[in-house]
Amino acid sequence: MRRSASFSESFREVGLLVFIVIICAIFQLRNHNFLTLTNIRDLLTNTAILSILSVGMMMVILTRGIDLSVGATIALAGMISALTVNAFRSISPIVSILEGMAVGTVAGVLIGVLIARFNVLPIIATLGFMNIIRGLTYVVSKGAWVSAYQMSDGFKHIATGNILGVSNPIIIAVVINAAFFYFINHMKTGRQIYAVGSNPEAADISGIPRRRIILLVYTVMGALAGLGGVIWVAKFASAQSDTATGFELSVIAATVLGGVSIAGGSGKVSGLILGTILLGILNNALPLINVSPFWQQAIQGIVILAAVLTNVLVKRNNQRFALRRRAI
Amino acid sequence: MERSIRVDRLWSWRSFFFQWEWLLVVIFIAVNIVNSTLSSYYFNVDQFLSTPMTFLDKAFLVLPMTMVIILGNIDISVGSTVALSAVIMAVAYNAGLPMVLAVLLCLLVATACGWINGMLMTRFKELSSVIVTLATMIIYRGIAYVILQDQAAGKFPTWYSALGWGAVGKVPIILIAFAVCAVIFWILLHKTSFGRKIYGMGSNLTASRYSGVKTDSIILIVSVLTGLMAGVTALFLTSRMGSTRPNVAQGYELDVIAMVVLGGVSTSGGKGRLAGPLLSIFIIGFLYYGLGLVNIQAQTLLIIVGLLLIISVLVLNVRFRERFQGSVPSAAREAAERRPDGKTP
Repeated sequence: MRRSASFSESFREVGLLVFIVIICAIFQLRNHNFLTLTNIRDLLTNTAILSILSVGMMMVILTRGIDLSVGATIALAGMISALTVNAFRSISPIVSILEGMAVGTVAGVLIGVLIARFNVLPIIATLGFMNIIRGLTYVVSKGAWVSAYQMSDGFKHIATGNILGVSNPIIIAVVINAAFFYFINHMKTGRQIYAVGSNPEAADISGIPRRRIILLVYTVMGALAGLGGVIWVAKFASAQSDTATGFELSVIAATVLGGVSIAGGSGKVSGLILGTILLGILNNALPLINVSPFWQQAIQGIVILAAVLTNVLVKRNNQRFALRRRAI
Repeated sequence: MERSIRVDRLWSWRSFFFQWEWLLVVIFIAVNIVNSTLSSYYFNVDQFLSTPMTFLDKAFLVLPMTMVIILGNIDISVGSTVALSAVIMAVAYNAGLPMVLAVLLCLLVATACGWINGMLMTRFKELSSVIVTLATMIIYRGIAYVILQDQAAGKFPTWYSALGWGAVGKVPIILIAFAVCAVIFWILLHKTSFGRKIYGMGSNLTASRYSGVKTDSIILIVSVLTGLMAGVTALFLTSRMGSTRPNVAQGYELDVIAMVVLGGVSTSGGKGRLAGPLLSIFIIGFLYYGLGLVNIQAQTLLIIVGLLLIISVLVLNVRFRERFQGSVPSAAREAAERRPDGKTP
């Protein structure tokens, strides 16, 4: 049983890897500029924000939750940090990042308290907050944009700068993924997230602070969305009220594509990273092979559906396999 | 509120007035009093009959959504279904299909969308309705974008716009159509065995299945009804707007879910009546109208409807918790609140 399960999980990652290779080969055949160093770097930079957020979304989904508010949180955090930079130009980029993360954390704590303390369904709480936060973004900005000339170079440097030729967003994403890998696999709280997701009653009975874990998960999600918001605004050098509308769907797509089960309690960081890269390729490279951008949403939806259906079928197959072994 | 044991409870004045619906009536009156202080033209019969035209299109979705939520499920694909069916209808009409057939096509497409949701939910029971309808929400909207890109389609015949703008005497057609649908759904939910089974499945799906309820076909029927009503919404919406774009009906799912939840339908399933959501349609509708009178922006309305949703869920959750507190140990109670098949609702 144990062996078959681990086999099928690594099978998923190998499958994702093979799929990424195939899709890269197809893109390269259609457009020879696809596998150039510049393009790969652009693609990874564009995927960095997605990767940062999918880390948080993986934790949320592990606890059987879902968070639809992250797109709005990106917009609000980005907008507030951009407005601050506009008002005080000499502010340090580090302060901007912390400010964005603080905004995200507040949103995350509020959502987390609703879900953990008051038993509000995650979908309801985050759907409500998606609109509240989006509305707040309009109110804060009064519908106006913050444009490139209103931002200091230091602020824009958050996303455009690089260390040894690797751009800052990629470095931030790699650091966060590495920290997350250690946290979720080797720390007590990280393991408790899995426990809460795979069996909440058992987690309660074995003394795991389930409510606190759920609160933590949504708080971290909010903080990461805030960080993503600052990077987003710095990267595009423009903060708008409708920034990142629908981005939550990309994040959820990347997460379920990476094999994080929507039923909670199972999923691996390696799968998550592969899923994020695959979705990043699909999101960024379609224009390179002349696929109309209007196809993007439909493709994303089909990817989500295909990923969750594959998860179910693989799981069913595993169970049948396990039963047959037991019968012998 | 406890539908399951209401039958053998004695009727009393106390229990009659201690109902969620009375609170809604009070809120409705309060909203209207506030509105009438905002505009001196507010209080007259014509106004009262014509205002519903502005918000009743999404009200058709509240009827099946109440069933969906009583089942313990949720459907966030309704807005996209409206968009897809409206877009296909408009494109088919512009391609030369007679309007009557285009209308039928619209209903057919919407029903098919609902049927697909239902099939996915019943064939893949491991998946929660959240993720199924999330995926189809993106797919339906995505298909609408693929078909129409950033164009608009429409130029419908004049008789068609009468559907949304016309009136019989002083009563708008949309209000009559909605009343008919509401009565049909009320009978379905409260006076037929189909409705009783929905409540049963909402409070305990496994028990319902073991007592011989064909749970799959009921989920499928409710999904198909949701799709059909999304088609009706699309008809009235396009008729009022005169044309359609792929981004119509964006965010309808939030409004509709907010209306149902404000109406006292518990999101954990099995509890609630149709009367509550019917009242909250008019509360939220008139609230929007009144806020429009004082020039509150659409974006601020987002905050208000979001807050309404959160607050009404909070109040309902706290109320139910008080009622059950003390009698059942907490872990067991929460286990009971969750869906019996181990999925989070």
